Amino acid sequence: MLNKNIYLILIISLVFAISFLIGFNVNLLPAEASINAPIYDELFRILFITGLIIFIGMTVAVIYSLFKFRKRNDQIGDGIALEGNLSLEIVWTIIPSIVVLLIGLYSYNIYDRMGGMKELNHNHEIMSSNSEKIWAGISQTSDNEIAINNLSIEVSAMQFAFLFNYPKGNFISGELHVPVDQKVSMKMESKDVIHAFWVPEFRIKQDIIPGQPTILNFTPTKVGKYPIICAELCGPYHGGMRATIIVEEESDYNEWFNQNKKPEVNL
Amino acid sequence: MTISIDPQKTNNESLQPKGWLRYFSFSLDHKVIGIQYLVCGFLFYLIGGTLASAIRIELASPMSDFMPRDVYNQVLTLHGTIMIFLWIVPVVNGAFGNYLIPFYVGARDMAFPRLNAVAFWLIPPSGLMLVASYFVEGAAQAGWTAYPPLSITTPQSGQIIWILSVLLLGGSSIFGGINFIATIIKLRRPGLKLMQLPMYCWAMLGTSLLVVLSTPVLAGTLILLSFDIIANTGFFNPVLGGNVVVYQHLFWFYSHPAVYIMVLPAFGLVSEILPVHARKPLFGYTTMVFSIMGIVVLGLVVWAHHMFTSGTPPWMRLFFTIATAFIAVPTGIKFFNWVATLWGGKISINSAMLFSCGFIINFVFGGITGVALAQVPFDIHVHDTYFVVAHFHYIVYGGTVFIIFSSIYHWFPKVTGKMLNEKLGILHFIITFIGFNLCFAPQHWLGLNGMPRRVAEYDPQFQFVNQISSLGALLMAISTIPFLINVFLSVRNGKNAGDNPWNALTPEWLTSSPPPVENWEGEAPLIKEPYGYGKQISEQK
Repeated sequence: MLNKNIYLILIISLVFAISFLIGFNVNLLPAEASINAPIYDELFRILFITGLIIFIGMTVAVIYSLFKFRKRNDQIGDGIALEGNLSLEIVWTIIPSIVVLLIGLYSYNIYDRMGGMKELNHNHEIMSSNSEKIWAGISQTSDNEIAINNLSIEVSAMQFAFLFNYPKGNFISGELHVPVDQKVSMKMESKDVIHAFWVPEFRIKQDIIPGQPTILNFTPTKVGKYPIICAELCGPYHGGMRATIIVEEESDYNEWFNQNKKPEVNL
Repeated sequence: MTISIDPQKTNNESLQPKGWLRYFSFSLDHKVIGIQYLVCGFLFYLIGGTLASAIRIELASPMSDFMPRDVYNQVLTLHGTIMIFLWIVPVVNGAFGNYLIPFYVGARDMAFPRLNAVAFWLIPPSGLMLVASYFVEGAAQAGWTAYPPLSITTPQSGQIIWILSVLLLGGSSIFGGINFIATIIKLRRPGLKLMQLPMYCWAMLGTSLLVVLSTPVLAGTLILLSFDIIANTGFFNPVLGGNVVVYQHLFWFYSHPAVYIMVLPAFGLVSEILPVHARKPLFGYTTMVFSIMGIVVLGLVVWAHHMFTSGTPPWMRLFFTIATAFIAVPTGIKFFNWVATLWGGKISINSAMLFSCGFIINFVFGGITGVALAQVPFDIHVHDTYFVVAHFHYIVYGGTVFIIFSSIYHWFPKVTGKMLNEKLGILHFIITFIGFNLCFAPQHWLGLNGMPRRVAEYDPQFQFVNQISSLGALLMAISTIPFLINVFLSVRNGKNAGDNPWNALTPEWLTSSPPPVENWEGEAPLIKEPYGYGKQISEQK
């Protein structure tokens, strides 16, 4: 009996070791290019390792049972008439409950750090021209912080393109240019069907729903070009509905902004 | 409690055709109806599988070059709709439910045999209508979710036929659900208690409750959607002040429980198959029953996890995260119990057992990604990507379809009186298992790295992984061949099975193979311990 327990502990430790080894060495995610990304990847790692432990454990148990308890040719009759074991049942109800609860609380914490639990105040400088209701996507910043900088961008999604309006510069661009390490706030609206704004390297996604102007905030941290992908089926050319976000140094951004800026409103 | 059935009246035997012709008739025999469901479902599986192959061929290259883009959207819409409403739901519920439930409760037929036949005969016309809608103006192309405003703005005829067809299929499903509840509760043989029923009865009771509670919501939603399309109303049309998110809430109020409508019966079937081939009682019968009912209750309050990116308020996201993650607890209990059922058994490694174990491994994987997807911050990145496609197929294909095949290997001898060929069966399992995992495991990576779902074209950097996935799909298509050969050969020339080739203890094995019209020559047997394996072991030794 003692021998058996030692084997069991050995196997469980091995499963844990393998899971941690894979979990820390295999990277399944794209580059991290926003404040959200490292927070997301931290959650991903925890989920990945927990998942591996359960998956490898269960697979080993099934394959071991098939091998160890297979019916040999000379055997007749049935296995042991074991109909249940209350303490085992309690153990495998309580342990998963605790694991699930801990993961839930942890992901709540992650979500809070991403800014998901913050309420919007509806006091945007540019966006408060009428009293329309605005929905909130993930936000990392309070509205007051955003209202004072220039980086309020209005995103229009339509079949099958994104347009980016820079109200401060009074121009519209097909590419989204943003300076690195600055908070960006976007108000997104759809002209026709549901679209979604997804930047995999930023780990953010928000549906753009007709009739529901939505705020989405993010802070890029790495200079580069990243794809903006529509993730909600929006029609025949859905797969082609992409744009580019260009994260650049502030000086480059200002240069681009000033080149495109129009001095006055011409309707 | 007891309802006596007069053999002469229920079946009008003289009016019913005999032989294979009865499968094309309005038969009232639950076994005939069960086989009708199974064969009809399998034909639609072949159609849905052909569509899936078309999708994988298109995705073998990054450009949209195999079919026009709008046809691609029609193909993915039809693939989803056919596989869910015409293959999985009718087969795990209708086919096995009809065949097995009357045996398990000790009845001679279902509670409402005519309703039962109506429920089946709604399926072929609505399925054919759905497929035929392609030739009108193109089939529906808004995905199986039919989200407005897209479903309002795409060609109307396809969408309307789609709605009509899903309504009829939903009706069929509700008729079936009512029938199962009535049969399990009211038609039990005298002396048979609820807690002595085989586990599949409990699974079907839970599933039927979900069907009856949630399918009407889908029906109402789709009727409102059809008003928006034909009559220009504004329930969901934002141009007229409608709200598209309300549609999503209503749709997922049915369609999340629909996942449990697809997997709970499979949980029931695997609980029948494992004890027989492992020669051990089902481990933890009572907890299994409670976990089914736990899944039913929780399954009704988790729908908004499909809408984490739709602008749901933070408190709602939190609630649905926790509720969804907690479904893993009763589900986990079931899996631990199945492994414990195997533990210490005398396991016959045959096709039915292999498909069941494949189910456990695949479903555990799909369940783990499911718990991850329940976490809002995790979901926000992978929502609507190939990660979700992979997760979903691990549940419904790796889970339910594996169990459908396992069940066919297990009950084929009962239905036909012939054994299936084991070598071909094991070949079928190996190709399916490898093909399935090759097809869907790489898709997790695709989703994490930036490939959205429902696209005909994608970033060229994903080409290699997509080709691996397409290769897996090819293997899955090939795996059907040994299965079909096996079925056709065995029906004609298979080894005679006898009444009870597996030495099983559940009631359907205690009659002849194939069973007579009213199931038993004499009175139905009273089986108080459907899983009493190993009880007589001392006597045998």
